[in-house]
Amino acid sequence: MLLVTCPYCGPRPEIEFRQAGEAHIARPAITCSDDEWADFLYMRDNHKGYMRERWRHVAGCGRFFNVVRHTVTDKFVASYKVGEEKPAIPAEAAAGPRVEIVR
Amino acid sequence: MSRFRTEAGGRVKRDKVLSFTFDGVAYQGLTGDTLASALLANGVHLVGRSFKYHRPRGIVTAGPEDQNALITLRRDAARETPNLRATQVELYQGLEAESQNRWPSLKFDVNAINGLASSLFVSGFYYKTFMWPRSFWKNVYEPRIRAAAGLGKAPAKADPDRYTSRYVHCDVLVIGAGPAGLTAALAAKEAGATVILADEGAEFGGSLLGDAVTTIEGKSTDAWMSDVVMNLAMSDKVRMLARTTAFGYFADNFVALVERVTDHLAAPSDALPRERLWQVRAKQVILATGALERPLVFPENDRPGIMMAEAGRSFLNRYGVKVGLRAVVFTATDSAYRAAIDLKQAGVDIQLIADLRARPPADVVDEALACGLTVRAASTLCGTQGGLRVSAAEVGEVNGDLTIGRKEVVDCDVVLMSGGWTPNINLHSQSRGRLIYNETTQNFLPGAPGYDNVSIGACKGTYDLSATMNEGYAAGEAAARASGRKGGMKKGFSSLGGLAMGGGHLGVVPHDRDPGRVKAFVDFQHDVTAKDIKLATREGFQSIEHVKRFTTTGMATDQGKTSNMNALAIAAKAIGKAIPEVGLTTFRLPYTPTTFGNFAGTARGDLFDPIRKTPMHDWAAAQGAPFENVALWKRAWYFPKAGEDMHAAVNRECKTVRTTVGMFDASTLGKIEVVGPDAAEFMNRMYVNPWTKLEIGRCRYGIMCRDDGFVYDDGVVGRMAADRFHVTTTTGGAPRVMNLMEDYLQTEFTDLKVFLTSTTEQWAVIAVQGPKAREVLAPLVEGIDIGKDAMPHMSVREGRICGVPTRLFRISFTGELGFEVNVPADYGQGVLDAIWREVREAGGCAYGTEAMHVLRAEKGYIIVGQDTDGTLTPDEAGVGWAVGKAKADFLGKRGLMRPDLTGPSRKQLIGLLTVDPKRVPDEGAQLVASAAPAKGSHALGHVTSAYWSENLGRSIAMAQLENGRARLGETVYITSLTGAAFPAVVADPIFYDKAGARIDV
Ligand SMILES: [Zn+2]
Repeated sequence: MLLVTCPYCGPRPEIEFRQAGEAHIARPAITCSDDEWADFLYMRDNHKGYMRERWRHVAGCGRFFNVVRHTVTDKFVASYKVGEEKPAIPAEAAAGPRVEIVR
Repeated sequence: MSRFRTEAGGRVKRDKVLSFTFDGVAYQGLTGDTLASALLANGVHLVGRSFKYHRPRGIVTAGPEDQNALITLRRDAARETPNLRATQVELYQGLEAESQNRWPSLKFDVNAINGLASSLFVSGFYYKTFMWPRSFWKNVYEPRIRAAAGLGKAPAKADPDRYTSRYVHCDVLVIGAGPAGLTAALAAKEAGATVILADEGAEFGGSLLGDAVTTIEGKSTDAWMSDVVMNLAMSDKVRMLARTTAFGYFADNFVALVERVTDHLAAPSDALPRERLWQVRAKQVILATGALERPLVFPENDRPGIMMAEAGRSFLNRYGVKVGLRAVVFTATDSAYRAAIDLKQAGVDIQLIADLRARPPADVVDEALACGLTVRAASTLCGTQGGLRVSAAEVGEVNGDLTIGRKEVVDCDVVLMSGGWTPNINLHSQSRGRLIYNETTQNFLPGAPGYDNVSIGACKGTYDLSATMNEGYAAGEAAARASGRKGGMKKGFSSLGGLAMGGGHLGVVPHDRDPGRVKAFVDFQHDVTAKDIKLATREGFQSIEHVKRFTTTGMATDQGKTSNMNALAIAAKAIGKAIPEVGLTTFRLPYTPTTFGNFAGTARGDLFDPIRKTPMHDWAAAQGAPFENVALWKRAWYFPKAGEDMHAAVNRECKTVRTTVGMFDASTLGKIEVVGPDAAEFMNRMYVNPWTKLEIGRCRYGIMCRDDGFVYDDGVVGRMAADRFHVTTTTGGAPRVMNLMEDYLQTEFTDLKVFLTSTTEQWAVIAVQGPKAREVLAPLVEGIDIGKDAMPHMSVREGRICGVPTRLFRISFTGELGFEVNVPADYGQGVLDAIWREVREAGGCAYGTEAMHVLRAEKGYIIVGQDTDGTLTPDEAGVGWAVGKAKADFLGKRGLMRPDLTGPSRKQLIGLLTVDPKRVPDEGAQLVASAAPAKGSHALGHVTSAYWSENLGRSIAMAQLENGRARLGETVYITSLTGAAFPAVVADPIFYDKAGARIDV
């Protein structure tokens, strides 16, 4: 079970949280084009690697907050409050061979 | 005492004799025995039959990795546990065990004929053989395969035992209590860390438990272990868990352990759970899980009596059991020499040591020769003889070109084999650690760990005993320091006589038999032979993950602990690739088979899923109401009188509400208190309706959309004060509405000063509906004028009822004069009792959710989630009038402007009147254009609600229909599960009191 750090409460087990999708999707003004609106409603990134995501401490303080999580390793490298500056995405470690060979 | 039991030695208690049965035959063993050692002490090797060919199989190992010694343990009819490993089952007085996968008996098995027809049973045979004819699969092939397959039987009765669970945190979790784990735990403890030490065995000590000759720090292993274990046990910072398997390694050092609490007891106390699940969050994890000895893959290597060399030594030294009287040792490692010496000294006749290696290490050979053993280098086994037990081994000389030279048949009743040691990297791999392949030792070793853990000792490929203990101590100290403790200590350990574990061989050994015919087993339990793996590669399977699934190698209950490396080597050779290029299959949890009870814990029966009850639940139950599940709620469905079925009760309830009065428990409705200076603006943005001008004390029917413009929820909202709204939601939608409100409040509308409180369970809600509703409430209400003009429809007042504070709503979900009485939940039953007295006096009744549904459908009131499905706009759902078009923004405003939400293909909610008024359509039935539409025709929509209306004397239905409102008066056809589609006329969905006169009285 993942250990998720709530910026308000500290590290807590995963079962207290709910993932809430990709972070920093701005809601466009009502005057936006249909394409922009469709992007806002439906288009989400889902790549291998670090993603900025929203989580909610639903069985704790109830707050929504943002994290940087790696979608392959599940490692959380940052969690920050709504409105706070985005932390940098760490460089992806070189993949390297699946199995290292020694003699 | 049996001739297989030694005179003295071992860790068994010779004065404590235990009786047990195996397949109904009575035997005796000793306290401290496992079922396997006790059977071997009685000369029993044959314990089971293999999965596919039903070949006789014996005990192969002394530990949890055994593939063959699977038995069913029986305490009573409900307590039958299949697939336990006899090598792990501790003997107790009266133990009853049975062999598996044989019929009618272990010694004579009808299905062993599979072995004679084994050419039919090559790898992939399920996929190939039973494909045709198709119709045979379900009725002929599958039942027969299922009957013949499977290991053991699941018990037919419910499990009467208790399983519990605990969460714990610690600085350092040490998994495995052999020499590495013990020294690691010792160091971590000395550094001040909180420690959990877990070992799957009954005793701590690991490999040291089967070692009679080694000394540590000048003490016997026994004395040294006792001192260390005592030292650890005396500390209140160390939790020692024996009989505890770490079966799953999860993210962020969350490790699941299962402790077998009572399985070893003859008469377990009811106070104890059978198993305890430990869910451990450790700052640091130390993996000291040892190494597993590999079998050698040679022809007919599966006969009972053929076992691992170190297992033979362990049975001797730990349990005082000679696994046979005349042994052949077949090895590619140094460690088997120690087994040969120990067994010879115990009086077992060692016929010879056949070493596959051309030049085994001289010191190892010399020691064996000095003990009077015969050693043959460059030797192999080309086969074995015997039926239910091995009786001879065919020893052959391996020439330089790997052909076989001189051969000799050597009598024996046991073959001790050793193909080398495989570091047990299962948990390291589960923790997403990287792997290293050592080409010299041909081992996969733990590389960089995935989380904060470290592997030490044999699981890391460190075989020297002193080095292992030094590594353990250093790892324990480092882990304690990494978890924030002081540490800093250093210690070196000295030992004499530890096991030499060098050498090894992967894949099939050289032999002179026809490789296309002979069976050299790789996976004993699933009957996978070397030729099956070669066949898989010939058929084009290049990845080991595919070879595994096609041949089923490594898919048995042991998950390939002893077979994976040999399978991999054979596949790699056949494909012509290096072993690491072919790749190791992924290790998955559980490490060993784990009971369902352990996972279920206390979540069973009434505790399986939480249920929610209203404050008046017990009253409804006492009235005889059945309940229906709505989300997690139990809701009273209808209130039958004597002799009434559901239909009669619902008809009576519907009539009564429209003629006199009915009472309904509406407590499950979601309720959210929206409070703050910007509460009205927040409501403006969250709901499609305008709220600014709603007067205090008035209510409005609110529709919530999501930003896509589709209806998400609905409910009546009352304005209690300028800055306070009492919002109701659907019963099932309350949590998601609250979540959506919080989401927008916290992340989008951060300019608004509002707070939200879920009050669903704070209010008991009693709806009183019908022409006599006012008459019923009047004598009970204090401080509120409930007269027609003082309290109009869609208003809310605060006051008292029966002396209790209330928010009294005048609203209606029936179309009749109606009130909903909100009182604090604890007063719900008391107020209901008073109302119920008045209702009965007025000739009314209680009604349930079914009548509620019918009454609202008669009025065309929608139920979000039944009549809508996340694809209807407010207008399409018939509530477009609610949308505040002048508002600058709200959830759904931009969404509703999408061009794809207009046009004749959009569906609208309409009413349906069947041409045959007695016919009630099926909810969900499709609407089509003709009675017998051509195959593949387009459905025009579907029925969302359909009921018998006793008030109207006919059926009524609501439906989503393409361009529906333009089709009023047209005939459409409703499909049926039982016959042809039948006609209905499209109608306005308000079937009763279109003018709404009855509500406004
Ligand atoms: Zn929190």
